[in-house]
Amino acid sequence: MDTSIKILIVDDFATMRRILKNILKQLGFKNLVEADDGTTAWDVLENQEIDLIISDWNMPKMTGLELLKKVRASTKYKTAPFLMVTAEAQKQNVIEAVQAGVSNYVVKPFTAEAISDKLAKILK
Amino acid sequence: MINPFINATINVLETMAFMKVSAGKPYVKQDNTAVGDVTGILGLTGVAHGTIAVTFEEKCILTVVSNMLGETMDQLNEDIADAVGELTNMISGQARKELDELGKVFKAAIPSVITGRNHTIRHYVDGPKIAIPFETNGGEFTIEVCFDR
Repeated sequence: MDTSIKILIVDDFATMRRILKNILKQLGFKNLVEADDGTTAWDVLENQEIDLIISDWNMPKMTGLELLKKVRASTKYKTAPFLMVTAEAQKQNVIEAVQAGVSNYVVKPFTAEAISDKLAKILK
Repeated sequence: MINPFINATINVLETMAFMKVSAGKPYVKQDNTAVGDVTGILGLTGVAHGTIAVTFEEKCILTVVSNMLGETMDQLNEDIADAVGELTNMISGQARKELDELGKVFKAAIPSVITGRNHTIRHYVDGPKIAIPFETNGGEFTIEVCFDR
């Protein structure tokens, strides 16, 4: 995996952003930026060059699914890797995310290995 | 309808905080006073309406969050409240997944967190409050589940 890529972590809970940052740093990724909802994430995406988006689903202002749809509708990020990391584990949620173009899906709670495995798949 | 919440709680704590968790005997809680010092509460809507509350004793949640973040937490603060919100969210998500597989579909709101000794837990509906105590190697916590039917 190319660990020099810039990753955007989107979650309304700071705890989850810290856990994901810890895992990503252990995997060698250093170029990490954060946003606490979809609206802030979109601002970051417009103003920076992001290589991978890791996003929660259930957030205020703009949900992860809305962010995913906006990302896929954009010219800049329509093919960018997008990993959904969410507590929304019902079958219908996964179907909706796949239909919207998610690259892969991790259900909370997760292990560091689960994140590592999914990243290896979408970044190969 | 209680077992999915018990299974979810054990799964979340064991996976995210690497703790051994065992459930005690469920009981019907009569009052609104929290057993713990910090509580996450979240509304559920769908085939029934209700709430789930997860309330931790201070010693227990400090151990849980220290394990989750890999750094020592020694006081109840905003970081702890944030972690309790996310734990409540994850427990709700896992429980809703198991309920979904049983044909009972629920949606969840965003959790809120209350901190302080003897605080009040207000469930959003008027139903029996089923409390399930849990023991961990770091202390005790309780979940409360309340549905309108």
